Amino acid sequence: MIKLIGVAIVILGFALKLDNIAIILVAGFATGLVGGMDLVAILQTIGSSFVANRGMCIFIIIMLVTGTLERNGLREMAAKLIGKIKNATAGMVIGAYGVLRLILGAFNVSLGGTAGFVRPVVMPMATGAIETKHGEPNEDHLEEIKGMSAGMENTTWFFGQVLFIGGSGALLVQSTLKGLGYETNLVDLAKVEIPVAIFALVVASVLYYLKDKRLSKTLYGQKK
Amino acid sequence: MSFFTNPEILLKVKLLEGLYILMGIVAGYTGIKTLFEKEHKSRYPTAVFWIALAVILTFGRWLPTVVTGVLVVIMALPAVFKKVLAGPAGGVPKAFSKAMADKIGYKIFLPTLSMGTFAILFAVFTKISPLVGVGVGVIVAMIMLMFFSKENTPKVFFDDSKRLLDMVGPLSMLPMLLAALGALFTKAGVGQVIAGLVSKIIPEGNVTVGIIVFAIAMPLFTMIMGNAFAAITVITVGIGGPFVLAYGANPTVIGMLALTCGYCGTLCTPMAANFNIVPVAILDMKGKYNVIKNQLLIAGLVLTFQICYMLIAK
Repeated sequence: MIKLIGVAIVILGFALKLDNIAIILVAGFATGLVGGMDLVAILQTIGSSFVANRGMCIFIIIMLVTGTLERNGLREMAAKLIGKIKNATAGMVIGAYGVLRLILGAFNVSLGGTAGFVRPVVMPMATGAIETKHGEPNEDHLEEIKGMSAGMENTTWFFGQVLFIGGSGALLVQSTLKGLGYETNLVDLAKVEIPVAIFALVVASVLYYLKDKRLSKTLYGQKK
Repeated sequence: MSFFTNPEILLKVKLLEGLYILMGIVAGYTGIKTLFEKEHKSRYPTAVFWIALAVILTFGRWLPTVVTGVLVVIMALPAVFKKVLAGPAGGVPKAFSKAMADKIGYKIFLPTLSMGTFAILFAVFTKISPLVGVGVGVIVAMIMLMFFSKENTPKVFFDDSKRLLDMVGPLSMLPMLLAALGALFTKAGVGQVIAGLVSKIIPEGNVTVGIIVFAIAMPLFTMIMGNAFAAITVITVGIGGPFVLAYGANPTVIGMLALTCGYCGTLCTPMAANFNIVPVAILDMKGKYNVIKNQLLIAGLVLTFQICYMLIAK
């Protein structure tokens, strides 16, 4: 039972919002010590695990271009692409963003998240779509549009980035399974997620499209 | 170094090592540039963090593991004391990126898609790690960007990557630290202890029940901990391994889907503040939980889909 001290530290530590890195280090050393390892053995285990998992730092290489892509107008062109839809409703704008976000997520490229893209680009487009149809947007409608935009952002990013071969999630799963004696490869791990990503994107787009349609009907009375 | 000229070491091993060294150079650039930033609020601790990481990435293969372990701790300490901070460099001026967008246009998507494309090409056509493919894709993307505009010099790439690394900061080390924790759990035999406890609840040998418990435990623990990466290491060792995989279920399907089952938990919890609470502030929303409320149904449906998928494809 005492061996579970590390698990308890991790669960409690994260739940209490203590510093994540401190929790992991303390949990690691505590587990090693109660498991009968000495300090040198613990440090060796940490060191060899780190060296074996250097692939998880692939994001460092990717950042050599992501910042410069932004500098060269990636966000502006993504906005232009979404703006191509004719007669878009707010729900359609959010759906289109979801499709683009998921595809780019699969290539491990971010458009800037809620702060970098949803607020400056998606929200004005969605609000614009409401204004064209109904004039001044209803406050409750706007609140839900914001919630749905953030929801689409999270959903497509989570389930899109697992499609990238060599994403950090798959690398962590691979190393965890390896510890248990199971060998897996990154391509198969990414392939497994294809149906999940498509399902998540379709579910989110349909639900949000319908919700926006319902709100547009009920909040603005009869006027077209 | 004799490693790269030794004909007995496979090319794919050398290429991967080259990739790690390139990562080390980028991390090292970030650290050394920080040292020269006089206005930096936490110059030395931040530099220690990035330079220690650079040494681990570049020389990890040749260092004794105990030295690497000490370096990991040295790297982690400034992070624990919240002393790893971003430098003074600002973002890209809007007018600049707008002008570049007008000049380059939709061609910008070519370098954007290059990393993922090369990862797939390497995976399908070679025996070399797809991670090397990502690295090649990055180099191809850089060449394209230099071709698009003379202003994209190597210094611009390095400075932009430093700006982004500053932004993600030490939390980007979470997956690696969790992997190390997982290794310690395995060495100390934590899995067996949890397995002993769980076996009192789950009937041994019933893979269907095992999968359902595993797939529900992941989002539950993720909701409590606020982080699916932390949950996956603990729950896979405790439940996934002994109650599902030990009975011959497919580790690729079960192990990977367990992570995205955890993501369904991330969608439902205020503990994942970065995703669910911070946007409320960024978007000036009224209801603190209105992002989560818009995600609950999606999370439920995707989780159900994944459980069925696991049971069919096990």
